[in-house]
Amino acid sequence: MSFLVTKNNKTFKLKDIPSLDINTFRDQIIKECKNNKRIVSFFCEKLEKFVILYAILASDEESKLYISSTLFKNEKSYPSITQEIQSFHLFEREFYEETGILPENHPFLKPVRYSKDRFDQNQKIEDYPFFKIEGKSIHEVGVGPVHAGIIEPGHFRFNCHGENIDHLEIQLGYQHRNIEKLFIQNQSSFYNLMILAESIAGDSTIANGLAFTHSIEALTNTNISRKSQSIRGIALELERSAMHIGDLSAICGDVAFLFGNSVFGAIRTLVINTLLKICGNRFGKGLLRVGGVNYDIDTNLNQEIKKTLNKVSKDVAGIADIMFSSPSVCERLEKTGIVDFDTAKKIGLVGMAGRASGINYDVRYNHPFGIYNYYPLYVLKLEGGDVFARSYIRYMEIMHSINFILEQLDSFPDYDLMTKEVGSIAKDSMVVSMVEGFRGEIVHSVITDNKGNICRYKIKDPSFNNWFGLAMAVRDNEISDFPLCNKSFNLSYCGFDL
Amino acid sequence: MLNFFKVRINHGSQAIKDIKKATVNDMHRGFPVVDEAFCLEKCEDCINCCPTGAISKSPLSLDIGKCVFCGECERLCKNKAIQFTNYHKISTTDRQNLIINKKLSYDDFNNNSIKIRKDIIKIFKRSLKIRQVSCGGCNACEMELNACSNVNFDMGRFGIDIVASPRHSDCILITGPITENMADALEDTYQCSPNPKIVILAGSCAISGGMFAKSNAINREFLAKYKIDLYIPGCPVHPLTVINGILGLLGR
Repeated sequence: MSFLVTKNNKTFKLKDIPSLDINTFRDQIIKECKNNKRIVSFFCEKLEKFVILYAILASDEESKLYISSTLFKNEKSYPSITQEIQSFHLFEREFYEETGILPENHPFLKPVRYSKDRFDQNQKIEDYPFFKIEGKSIHEVGVGPVHAGIIEPGHFRFNCHGENIDHLEIQLGYQHRNIEKLFIQNQSSFYNLMILAESIAGDSTIANGLAFTHSIEALTNTNISRKSQSIRGIALELERSAMHIGDLSAICGDVAFLFGNSVFGAIRTLVINTLLKICGNRFGKGLLRVGGVNYDIDTNLNQEIKKTLNKVSKDVAGIADIMFSSPSVCERLEKTGIVDFDTAKKIGLVGMAGRASGINYDVRYNHPFGIYNYYPLYVLKLEGGDVFARSYIRYMEIMHSINFILEQLDSFPDYDLMTKEVGSIAKDSMVVSMVEGFRGEIVHSVITDNKGNICRYKIKDPSFNNWFGLAMAVRDNEISDFPLCNKSFNLSYCGFDL
Repeated sequence: MLNFFKVRINHGSQAIKDIKKATVNDMHRGFPVVDEAFCLEKCEDCINCCPTGAISKSPLSLDIGKCVFCGECERLCKNKAIQFTNYHKISTTDRQNLIINKKLSYDDFNNNSIKIRKDIIKIFKRSLKIRQVSCGGCNACEMELNACSNVNFDMGRFGIDIVASPRHSDCILITGPITENMADALEDTYQCSPNPKIVILAGSCAISGGMFAKSNAINREFLAKYKIDLYIPGCPVHPLTVINGILGLLGR
């Protein structure tokens, strides 16, 4: 057996993961990826004398995960997988940055985030090796790390020909806080880690929090109550709709449709204030805990949320109708920043951006977790791959989420427990936990040692897959359309930089 | 067209009319009331549970510059020695004011929290242009700062705006724990901003490092070098805390 076959949120022993030699490991991965499997996570664990490299592939139709590993003792290089399967390119760059083991013939071997524990401490973030382009009427535009609005830091370098973008290079790492290491340092209590997980990316507080709680609950073999699952599902969908509404507001702002900007902005306030009413924080911080949730939804609040969401649903439909039928808006959105299906598949787009390009994949459907085991959702997708598709799919998902929440509130169990006792962590084990955040698939992989301590915590944000999608989307577009393309992806800097 | 008017009328006027008197939902965790008298002997539950070590004993005090407002201490305390209220005006000009203990009621805090400075009022009272620099953190504070300018909170009506370039700014507003990779860019931005200028820290991460205080990838030398004029606590900061704090600093 070359792979251990498992599922989302299922604990397994480390010794059950096959350890292959690097060539077989590589060949098997390439074979499986050509056979309709997809890369989910690819990360290393650095030990004193050697490095273990784990690869996690997903078969979405079967709802299964395929896990394999290989060991590096003295080897300093291996033939890169990226040559054959392009979606590995960032994963292999990350592996190289952390260990110094060279993926040979990697076409794009550049620094990823200048992490604190990088092998080459001489590399400095100000010396990033950008592509250079020369010739008549060629020019470069550099933006960042401090941007014009209130957004996170990152550097964009445009190689332009006139107004046309030939290439966009995205350099990140400014938000790097070494959060994965903090997960190892802070593990005196689950609660500390819970708050840390909520701080990975504030816009995906609930999604990251859920990935964390699911992984710990799997490792401690805790089954949480139906009521807690329902509240968690409601919170996740509230977060998704709030972020999508905020994004639509910003997209309207970018095309100077200020009416939409204001109306969507006001609706978003309603949604995040609903989260505030549930748990005392507009982003849902403090709601989740290992074993359940901290806050209940009583009958009054239930009615109140229903009333608010019915209004939100009506208001969103009203303004979206105006937005998507306005010629001046559609003119800017349609055929702008196209990522076609083949490119999306090749670079491994996930989440809402992937679904806008026709990729039929949603963690909630393909690898269900929590409440979605009992209330399955169907996958929404569009074909266009342009800014319009990425905007319209947001509108569809908002409506879908609100209906889901209303359904949950109607069948809300009043009797159940909120939290359950949690046991101790399984030793020498591993769990992979996937959650569909509003951007897409968030993956937390946790490895424990022989004392039951966490010895590796790996986070993969959907932005890790999708940043390259943005670079592809803006090619051959006007430079003035960049903000629009950027907003239509709305990727996370802190989720990427960790 | 008819549809357009329908949505416009339904939208109405969204702005909070009196920003100083506005209140937040009761569930919001704002100013904490700390009373040692309720403490059980030898109980250190709150100190042990706090993920940022914001609580200390004798006298029992809670440092809201470190606090992430998760509410775990309040949940664990059987005697309610720590209780969060929904008072949101918790900005201050002095770091020491953020350490809340028994002697301090909300009114006391509010009366002394913002020391009005003539040099600031003289120049910035009617308009303040802010350059925000995001230095790590989780992006929640950034979203709340964006919300300050939306139709509900509408900070622009007070002449307070976020500007695109440090060259146009009177104020550097920092969020996040200041990562090593961002330290130089922050220094550059500060230097690019014309004098006189003020510096504001927003969020627990910026004030104390928050959840990332122990990270080895942060570099907080900047804060030792320059004077900080306003601290806005919160995790993330609430828009009303931000706007009222800045208005207070400007003497309005």
